Amino acid sequence: MGFVRMLKYLEEGLLFVNKKKQKNFLILVPWGRGWRVAVKPRYGEPLRTLVMTVFLCVGILAPSPITAAELLVGRPALPAEIAAWDIDARPDGKGLPPGQGNVKQGETLYLERCAACHGEFGEGAGRWPELAGGAGTLAHDRPFKTVGSYWPHATTAFDYIRRAMPFGQAQSLQADEIYALVAFILNLNDIVKDDFVASQDNLATIKMPNAAGFYDDDRETAERGFWVANPCMTDCKPPARITGHAGAIDVTPDSKTAPKME
Amino acid sequence: MSNSSPPDRHRLGRRALVAAAATTLAMPATAATPDPAITTLPDWSQILGDGVQAHPYGVPSPFEKHVIRRDVEWLTAGQQSSVNFTPLHALDGTITPNGLCFERHHGGVAAVDPDQHRLMIHGMMAKPVVLTMQDLKRLPRMNRIYFLECAANSGMEWRGAQLNGAQFTHGMIHNVQYTGVSLRSVFETLGIDPRAKWVMAEGADAAGLNRSIPLAKAMDDCMLAFAMNGEALRPEQGYPLRLVVPGWQGNMWVKWLRRLKIGDAPWETREETSKYTDLLADGRARRSTFVMDAKSVITSPSPQTAASPRGRMVISGIAWSGRGSVTRVDVSLDGGRNWQAARIDGPVQSLALVRFYVDLDWNGQEMLLQSRAQDSTGYLQPSKPDLRKIRGVNSIYHNNGIQTWLLRGDGVCENVEVS
Repeated sequence: MGFVRMLKYLEEGLLFVNKKKQKNFLILVPWGRGWRVAVKPRYGEPLRTLVMTVFLCVGILAPSPITAAELLVGRPALPAEIAAWDIDARPDGKGLPPGQGNVKQGETLYLERCAACHGEFGEGAGRWPELAGGAGTLAHDRPFKTVGSYWPHATTAFDYIRRAMPFGQAQSLQADEIYALVAFILNLNDIVKDDFVASQDNLATIKMPNAAGFYDDDRETAERGFWVANPCMTDCKPPARITGHAGAIDVTPDSKTAPKME
Repeated sequence: MSNSSPPDRHRLGRRALVAAAATTLAMPATAATPDPAITTLPDWSQILGDGVQAHPYGVPSPFEKHVIRRDVEWLTAGQQSSVNFTPLHALDGTITPNGLCFERHHGGVAAVDPDQHRLMIHGMMAKPVVLTMQDLKRLPRMNRIYFLECAANSGMEWRGAQLNGAQFTHGMIHNVQYTGVSLRSVFETLGIDPRAKWVMAEGADAAGLNRSIPLAKAMDDCMLAFAMNGEALRPEQGYPLRLVVPGWQGNMWVKWLRRLKIGDAPWETREETSKYTDLLADGRARRSTFVMDAKSVITSPSPQTAASPRGRMVISGIAWSGRGSVTRVDVSLDGGRNWQAARIDGPVQSLALVRFYVDLDWNGQEMLLQSRAQDSTGYLQPSKPDLRKIRGVNSIYHNNGIQTWLLRGDGVCENVEVS
């Protein structure tokens, strides 16, 4: 295109001005949103006289239509890539990897890598989560929710440890180690015996004590009284009486008696 | 333009400081002496201010330095798996500024390089795919304003008034405009197995947080969002990519989204069994309580705002519902015995927060301020006693009961419980 020095818009259409020696030669001209091939016009010759030429030449160097492949966004995931990320496990056992681990192995590993936060017996250190105990407390005034007392599936412990534990060293445990830790935590909760070996085959079959303790959201029926056609506006209840002050508890940050963390 | 000499600047600075201290006291209706804020020329009216590039990314006025996210240290064991709260008491309008949107992380803020970020979609579909951020930005975009509320918002208040401030009682919410792509359009392009029922979303953070989302919701209004309020997501909100699950509990809006797996059953992950299930008084627990019930709170006056003087007062608050749009907000001055309709000002959109006002002439009489929201399904925000009758006090999650602020005669406000 170096020989095209000027491009003018005239009433008749585009005019190409070429001050060099004229030769019959194909050139690119702007056409629509792309380029079309045309025979190079002589000096002063309106492009419209070349319309036929242009039409004849269209397609020789024009951009090809977008292919379906180009319109695809993203690319196929390779099996090795899926394997690298596919770390979830479901209650039906789907996703559990091959492997196994026993209670004793789990105890050793737990004391090394978990007890600092969760306590030697799963009782929890400081405000870190407790893992064991609390059986039968869910209806109490102060329920104690742990893997043993609350969690409905043992596979969930596997899925969670595998992705998130130890805290700050996520995904550093091997499958056998995770099976061993789950075995130990279940043993801490008296759900399995001391000789239990957790594996890909049996984790989904463990009966958790609170498995039947959950039911699906029923707010729209159990709480249908909260749907009110005409909200009460006057004299809706006896005069309100104050029954509690946040100031009496005084745990708001900045208050003088709020709990302090070390 | 002339510049003041340095000695002048210091003298004026001191005078301005004294004047500012004097005017922070309540101003009488008639002035006995001329106001030094008028009769004294302040520095900013005489001395040149900062040039254009003093703050290449703008920051609030130093006089607003108290308007920040705050945490409650004793709530959690550490900072990386913790929460802080939006300063609702100091905000107005409906859009939450990006830097003030509350944070909840389970393994700290992942510092993701967007060029290295990938979204994998696999499971029950013909061809699993990997998408880059560039790929996602080549898909048709949409802009939607939605609130995001943590299911545990107000969770510390189940047993009674505890924290003295709207920031702490209600600050696990924000409302921003998201830019991204429709998850439905992505799934439709890829072709999902018709037997599929659920999608597991997983983050790239050190918690690998994962949640199961019904495919029907994914195909309804979920988004893959890469921008909030016109700029890239903030790191603490999932940069470079988060799932938007409108109207549903914030924990499902997986941040740093790296994987979507299509399946035929929920995964029942730790975050949807051990957490984010609602333990009721009989010891059983509701699960899959995804929708956030209609809720509202008066943000001003509230315990963290300055004492209110007698006279004209603007009662300001926010309301929202995960089931639709807010159709009305009522305000009570007497603890819920009598109500008046509040004025909603600003946009009213489905699954987005609204702003309401009551303009009041206050004679200094003690008030028990409450607000209650009603949504387009007819759901009316319940009182805390009514809510506890059904949900007990150990639910942690889904406390949408009516909040009461006691405004005393001296203008000071406190979080209280009423009968």
